[in-house]
Amino acid sequence: MTAGAPRAAGAMVEFDGVGLRYGPDAEILRDISFNLQPGSFYFLTGASGAGKTSLLKMLYLAQRPSRGIVRLFGEDLVAMPRDRLPGFRRRIGVVFQDFRLIPHLSARDNIALPLRIAGVNEEDLAGPVGEMLSWIGLGDRAEAHPATLSGGEQQRVAIARAVIARPQLLVADEPTGNVDPDMAMRLLGLFEALNRLGTTVVVATHDIHLISRIENAQMMRLEKGRLSDPTGALRYPPANRV
Amino acid sequence: MLIPRVPVQHRRLLPDRRLSGPTPWVVAILMMLTLLAAAAGVGLARSADAIGSAIAGRVTVQIVTANPVTRAEQAAALRRAAAAQPFVLAARAVDREELQATLGQWFGSEASGDGGADPVLNSLPLPALVDIDFVGEDRSGHMAQLRTLVAAEAPGARIIPHAEWLGPVARLIGSLAWIAGGLVVLMTLASAAVVIMTARAALGTHYATIEMLHLIGATDRQITRLFQRRIAIDTAYGIALGTAVAAALLLLIGWQWSGVTSGLAATASLGPTGWVLLLALPLLAIALAALTARQTLLAALKKIL
Repeated sequence: MTAGAPRAAGAMVEFDGVGLRYGPDAEILRDISFNLQPGSFYFLTGASGAGKTSLLKMLYLAQRPSRGIVRLFGEDLVAMPRDRLPGFRRRIGVVFQDFRLIPHLSARDNIALPLRIAGVNEEDLAGPVGEMLSWIGLGDRAEAHPATLSGGEQQRVAIARAVIARPQLLVADEPTGNVDPDMAMRLLGLFEALNRLGTTVVVATHDIHLISRIENAQMMRLEKGRLSDPTGALRYPPANRV
Repeated sequence: MLIPRVPVQHRRLLPDRRLSGPTPWVVAILMMLTLLAAAAGVGLARSADAIGSAIAGRVTVQIVTANPVTRAEQAAALRRAAAAQPFVLAARAVDREELQATLGQWFGSEASGDGGADPVLNSLPLPALVDIDFVGEDRSGHMAQLRTLVAAEAPGARIIPHAEWLGPVARLIGSLAWIAGGLVVLMTLASAAVVIMTARAALGTHYATIEMLHLIGATDRQITRLFQRRIAIDTAYGIALGTAVAAALLLLIGWQWSGVTSGLAATASLGPTGWVLLLALPLLAIALAALTARQTLLAALKKIL
């Protein structure tokens, strides 16, 4: 392992010597090694183009690495057959930088999507979806379509969709990039509340001020495709600390 | 199941734009042409079969003896002798009136059934004809025996196997039936190609939705059923429309054909098997469309992680 990432027992995510390249170009991520512990909160920072989104793509199983080992929930995902991936994806919530709401579905249906895909009955999902709409402050806009929602409202719907199925791992790519500072703090509060309930959270952000708002959050920094470890969280994950 | 069942809430994942694209209309045209070609193929094949079995075991013995009395006696003797042979199913002397009636059509006699009244026909030295149908399949053996019989009863008479002069016509009709069958296959392939293009276009149009569904844990099967259902329904609309138009045309042609009672044309008909085949074709087409869509979608989805 590079970057001093010891094999941590019970790690939710393990990256070991991971590299990623698109086509014949040079690697955009090199020798990435780290462990993420269950129930922890991580920030991923770095300049634009440093490879944050590419790293997150591997975390939420949209991309396989070009080399190295990726383990998620204790299983090697590099060699895993495609047909087993959906089961793992259902344990991961993703907030995309560009929201990726389905435009012809209402806010309610967008939020309900992960539960429907997981086969939850309509009677059983009505309650949680209603609660989630209230939680994000869009109870009165449940039937609105994304095109009629503001950027902040779309962001909240995207976050609600990511967390409705109570994922074990939540990955958010610049989740506060399109909202004002007040809304950013409220959204961060949602993530923190989820984290307290046991969800491991990884948030990629440019906003250094956000990081100080979460107690015990760890920081990973990507620079030119390599991962640095300013808080020591990668070398000494919280569970391994003395 | 031709059209997969998908929960109502899942159906909304694709916007409802039924019959808005060209697929149902192109499929309707192809289905109509396929059914017409299939009907033509079945009709021609049955006609070729009917002609083939009618001529395969039949010969006509032509007695051209100059003396009309001797000619008539030879014809009667040959008919009797042939009828007594175990290899002969039936032997029939063709009446002079029947010959004159047939020739009257070519000579332009006023009433073809009254050719005997035509003085020109009456003056013609018509040969005496005896039609003989063989028993069983051993045609060459039967021909040898018949030649011996003819040589004894009507020396100098000619034996004309019907297969010699109607065979090429039967083969031509058979070839046309094969061509019609080939057209059915080609149009079926064209229909499948339309479905493949539709499936690929749908994947392209809804790529963002598909990617999103994948990332929240949808399986290839879930996504495929969604699109397969939509494509199967669109295709089924086209097939139903094409079938309705083809059925109307076939009924019209059938009605007009029912007035044709003579010659080779009268042998062409669809028969019960033909109708069953034509009714089965639309169902097979829907099944083919659903299967093609499924395989195309699964193959395309496998390219996405």
